Parts: sequence; structure tokens; C-alpha cells
Amino acid sequence: MTEPVISVRDLRVEFVTRKGILRAIDGVSFDIMPGEVLGVVGESGAGKSVTGSAIIGLIEPPGRIAGGEIRLHGQRIDNLDPESLRRIRGRKIAMIFQDPLTSLNPLYRVGEQLVETILTHTDLGPAAARARAIELLNEVGIPAPERRIDGYPHEFSGGMRQRVVIALALCAEPDFIVADEPTTALDVSVQAQIIALIRKLCRERGTAVMLVTHDMGVIAETADRVAVMYAGRVAEIGPVRDVVKHPLHPYAKGLMGAIPTLEAEADRLVQIPGSMPRLSNIPQGCAFNPRCDRVFDRCRVERPDPDIPRFGLEGEAPLMPGHRVACHLYTRNPVENAS
Amino acid sequence: MMAQTKPSETFVEVRDLKRVFDVSRPWLNRVIERQPKAFLKAVDGLSFDIRRGETFALVGESGSGKSTVARMAVGLLPVTAGSVLIDGVSMTDVKDSQTRQQLRKRIQMIFQDPYASLNPRWRVERIIAEPIHAFGLLKGEQVTARVGELLTLVGLHPDDGRKYPHEFSGGQRQRIAIARALASSAEFIVCDEPTSALDVSVQAQILNLMRDLQKEFGLTYLFISHNLAVVRHMADRIGVMYLGRLVEISEGKRLFSAPRHPYTRMLLDAVPDLGMTGRQRQMVAGEIPNPINPPSGCTFHPRCPLANERCKREPPAMLDGVACHAVQEGRVS
Ligand SMILES: Nc1ncnc2c1ncn2[C@@H]1O[C@H](COP(=O)(O)OP(=O)(O)OP(=O)(O)O)[C@@H](O)[C@H]1O
Ligand SMILES: Nc1ncnc2c1ncn2[C@@H]1O[C@H](COP(=O)(O)OP(=O)(O)O)[C@@H](O)[C@H]1O
Ligand code: SF4
Ligand code: SF4
Ligand SMILES: [Mg+2]
Ligand SMILES: [Mg+2]
Repeated sequence: MTEPVISVRDLRVEFVTRKGILRAIDGVSFDIMPGEVLGVVGESGAGKSVTGSAIIGLIEPPGRIAGGEIRLHGQRIDNLDPESLRRIRGRKIAMIFQDPLTSLNPLYRVGEQLVETILTHTDLGPAAARARAIELLNEVGIPAPERRIDGYPHEFSGGMRQRVVIALALCAEPDFIVADEPTTALDVSVQAQIIALIRKLCRERGTAVMLVTHDMGVIAETADRVAVMYAGRVAEIGPVRDVVKHPLHPYAKGLMGAIPTLEAEADRLVQIPGSMPRLSNIPQGCAFNPRCDRVFDRCRVERPDPDIPRFGLEGEAPLMPGHRVACHLYTRNPVENAS
Repeated sequence: MMAQTKPSETFVEVRDLKRVFDVSRPWLNRVIERQPKAFLKAVDGLSFDIRRGETFALVGESGSGKSTVARMAVGLLPVTAGSVLIDGVSMTDVKDSQTRQQLRKRIQMIFQDPYASLNPRWRVERIIAEPIHAFGLLKGEQVTARVGELLTLVGLHPDDGRKYPHEFSGGQRQRIAIARALASSAEFIVCDEPTSALDVSVQAQILNLMRDLQKEFGLTYLFISHNLAVVRHMADRIGVMYLGRLVEISEGKRLFSAPRHPYTRMLLDAVPDLGMTGRQRQMVAGEIPNPINPPSGCTFHPRCPLANERCKREPPAMLDGVACHAVQEGRVS
């Protein structure tokens, strides 16, 4: 059996603030296999970026990893000293952020930044590194790379810059990439190109990718599996087809129905009442319970963990392996639930 | 309060609208670096009508000129040429300024960023009452009652009027902006990306609210968004913009079932497919060119699979809802 590239178990991240300790991530677990794209969706503040930062080792005070384990190829990386962490971060793990300018230094030519990264993380010499940089720019779809390599970041359009950032992320041939909203700042036509690029690179190189976005459409096109986050927890996780087409968790269902599509005929969008709770005020039991139209007594006291759904609700698709839902509706007999 | 809706009546008429920005470097730099003056045609000859009580949407990628049209339509930005007529009154002709002043209260705008459009130092009740005072519509107790009524209308509580904008979430702030727009009983509301900064579940709440209010008060919307799915959900008719020009105007759903202009087709192909139908798509090539130096002829020609010599020379005119030589020559269905 193949080993996961990244394995996250029961992750907890806290921020120490004047108002007390805020738990931003509370018991998140998932694996990502080689060549697999795990999409992470959820509304702003759900904890997507903090989860990504925790894996990369970029949580800084007042934040801290307060519990759980993160493993890369079976080895723990959540408790490494800063030096070892930095080495892993360059070589084995790379990241792509929403704003390409956070990853590019405006004062240096694009080529210089690529070559330096290649020299640091591989055994190539300067000439070979430059050739490799041109090859990478070509691979991410920059036209005339041998000419563009000597340009400065501001000479590239937004979409081209994001391609450069992806090339930069690929320099060290990492095993794992965290891409946090990589297409959110881009126009749809460019977004589609970047999505296709990430998908292709991941397939060809066997890189594992954690793709964070609030855009369900992007997930549907790119991811193999998807995790829906709510209030720092995973509400539902499973193969992308199952979760997008047949969401089980009441929040995931609401979220899908709320999105206008190019096909739907509905006159009104599904509306989830209320809004996501503040970290200082997460409800007891199921975090979604004050907004849930299926809530029952148990939801207010006992927290549901992501689990294989034992019971389907009437009219719902057969349950798929690998699909996990954190909702009491699926852990008990539906007849009991009705009471 | 109820507007009489006569559905086929033209309410807004935009004719040959143009806006040019001077984007030259400062004079001294130009002289030293020997650069000529530079102009950017943000909106380059736009014409469309909006019927009373309908939602007309403008879609297009960043920089296509949507917000510039919006700001000219409400009179926030002077036009370079062309005209905007609202209920027969010109928003652009200076001689009309008296009647225009009267029209002002019937027009309101909602912006993408509810944080920036609400005065952070004012209580919500004062923000919402501002148009009421500005147009001298009501006095004293009546104002308080009206503000409470408006807050309830947009799904907030009358007591929320005592609070400040920062005490609300993004979606709630957009509700406040909508309440303010309704305060002067506006009939025409220009909405520039009203939900683009919001999460999908909050977006659904706001879009549903906007539709409910439209039904209740017979509102006319100019609705601007870069999100095609949102536009499809909201609009009766849609105009697609590219580099300051309209390339296609269509009845809402038809734009999606039978797109005609090559750019419209490209945009639709690029939308990530939530339905996962596995539909075949043609990969989009290239990006929007620099608007300071737009391509000659049809400005879409460098990205268009159907471009020929004529396209490079001659800008296509809008004919029967589409501005494209290939369509007009019958080279595409
Ligand atoms: N005040 C200004 N001075 C100079 N150029 C401007 C000004 N306002 C807008 N522009 C330019 O006019 C063009 C159209 O801008 P506009 O803001 O209308 O686009 P938009 O379609 O609303 O884009 P977005 O989707 O990014 O909001 C752009 O190229 C923009 O840079
Ligand atoms: N430095 C910080 N201090 C305090 N709270 C933080 C900090 N960074 C993030 N948070 C909180 O953690 C939660 C999750 O944030 P984030 O992961 O950025 O959400 P997402 O990426 O899903 O929008 C939010 O409630 C956010 O306010
Ligand atoms: S556990 Fe209860 S409250 Fe939570 S989503 Fe399921 S039914 Fe709703
Ligand atoms: S006019 Fe020519 S270049 Fe422009 S969209 Fe039509 S076919 Fe393409
Ligand atoms: Mg984030
Ligand atoms: Mg705009």
C-alpha cells in the first residue's frame, strides 16, 4: 500500500490573545497521497489557511500548535527545531499564496530568484540551474522563457506572476505543495489556465497538493478529494464527486445549494440562516447546531467526529468508502434521530 | 410606495457612452523621458437600455470598464462623450441640472466593499437616515420610525440602528448599505459587485434579499459582476464587456444556452464546472491586453480563434446583439 505524503492527526492550533486562548483549529485529521489534490473549502475564518500554515510550519506566536501530529512520509515535522524545519520547507514542501507578490522579490529578476532557489536546493551548477529555470518557466506556460527570465516581477501580468510563483515552488521538486487561494485574485479565464496547470503538474510528478479555496467550482475541477471545514473542524471529507454531488452534512448541503451555477433553474438560492460563530464563542456540541435545521438534543451536548456514515437519509445516494461526516444524523438510527 | 411596473417601458437609456482617462506620467517625467501623453479608453462607445423593473447585468473581466459605466450611470463620474438618460432625464447634460437634482433621490448605488462605503464614525441609524435628511423627505420621529422599518426590511433589528458599522459582519454591512439605498425610495439601484467580497452563504442571503426587494418595490437594477453564475441567477438581460466595449447583449438565460460572441464562449468555457459534467472545453489562450495600447480592429482578435485580416483592421459594429465579424459573415452559427 502507498504511504501518504502528508498525514495530519487531531491537529489543534491556538492563538493566545488578550481575551483568552482561541482555538482556531480543533481536531483536524486527513491524509494526502502522492499525486493527489486534497481540496479544502469553507467560508472565511473556517481555518483553511491556519491548517495550511501549520503544515508548512509557519504558525508564529501568539499562535501555536497545541496538539496533534503532522507527518511527512511518516516522519513527524510538527515538533522540529526551526533549522530542520527551514530545510524541509524549501526542499520537500513548497507553497503558493493568493498574492504572487508575497512570494516574489520585486527587486530581483525572475530568473535570479529561480536560479538561487535551484542552487540552494539541488546539486545543479549555475549554468545548469539557469537552463533548468528556463525549462520550468516553459513548463508553466510562460511564452519565450529565455527572454522573459530576465524580466522583473512587475513586468509580468497577474496570471503570469502566478505562473512564475508555481515555477518557483517546483524548483526543488517538492513532494508536497500547499496552494492557498492560488487563483482567487485572477480573472476566470486565467484561473482556468492555472487550475489546469496545477492539475497537470501534480499528475505528472506525483506531487501531493493541499488546495485551499473558497471556490467550490475550482475544487470540483481540480481536487481528487475535498474537506469541508467549519469553525476549525472538518465537517465532511471524501471523494470530490461524492461531496460535491451528494453532500451529507447539513452545512455542506447548505453551502452547495447557496452557490449559483450555470445549470441550476432555482429561483431562490438555499439560505443558511445566521453566520459562522466567532472563535471566542463556538457553540457546545456540534459547532453548526444553532444554524442547523436538523438539530436535535444530542447535537447541543455531544460533539460529532468525522466518521463513516452508518445510515443514509432517505433518498440519498449510497454511501461511498472514504466518505466521512461529522454529524450525529449519520451515526445513529434515523428513527432514533427523528425523535 | 409601490412603483407601477410597466415591464416593457425603457427606464434607463445609455447612448454611445465614452470615458477616457489621462494616464500620462507627471509632466516633468514626460519631458525628461520624452514620453508622449497617454490616454486610456476605459469605456469606448457603449449603448444599452434597461427596462423598468428589470435587472440588467454587465459582466466582464477585471479592467473591462464595468465600474466606470456604473459610476457614470449614477452621475459620480463625468462622461467624456455620450449620454445617460434616466426616466427621460439626462444625467449628463448640464442644462438639465434642476430636473437632475430631483432625479438624484430616485437613484442609489451599492458598492462591493460595504466597509468603505459606510462612514465608520456614524451610528447605523444616521447612515441610513442620511438620504432622508439630504432630500428633506421626513422629519423628527418619522425618521426614526422609517429607519426602524428599513432595518427590518433588510433583515436586521430596529435596535441595530444604535450600533456602529464595525460591529457588523460583511453581509450585515451590505444589508445596511441596501437599507440606505432604499431610504429615499430609490427606483434605480446600481450594484457594483455587491457580493464579491462575501462568502457564498452570505452572498445567497444578499442575492435573495435583493430579489425580494425588487419584487416588492418594482426596483430596476444595473447589476455588475465578474461572476457569470451570479449574473445568470440575477439578470433578465446581460451585456458582456471586453476592453471598454459591449461585445454581446442577450436575454439572461439565452446567453448561457446559446452564446454567440467568441469572447462570451471563451468566458463560459473558463467557468469551473461545479456540475462536473465532464464537458469538453476549449482552453482559453492569453490574457486581457494592456488597455492603454489596445489591439487594432476588433480588440479581441489576438485571443480569438476566428480572427482574420478584416478583424485586425475593422472594429465590428453591434448588430442584432453581437459585435463580431465572424458572426455577421455567417462564419459561425
Ligand atoms: N481614475 C482612473 N484613472 C485612470 N484609469 C482608470 C481610472 N478608473 C479606471 N481606470 C481604468 O479604466 C479601465 C476600466 O476600469 P474599471 O474599474 O471600470 O474596470 P472594471 O470592469 O470595473 O474592473 P474590475 O472587475 O477589476 O472591478 C481599467 O483599465 C482601469 O485601470
Ligand atoms: N494571528 C492570529 N491571531 C488570532 N486569530 C487568528 C490569527 N490568525 C488566524 N486567526 C483566526 O483563526 C481562524 C481561522 O483563520 P484562517 O485559517 O485564516 O481562515 P480561512 O483561511 O479559512 O479563511 C479565524 O477565526 C481567524 O480569525
Ligand atoms: S450534528 Fe446535529 S446540529 Fe450538527 S450538523 Fe448534524 S444534525 Fe445538525
Ligand atoms: S470580430 Fe473577428 S476577432 Fe473579433 S471576435 Fe469576431 S471573429 Fe473574433
Ligand atoms: Mg485564508
Ligand atoms: Mg470594478
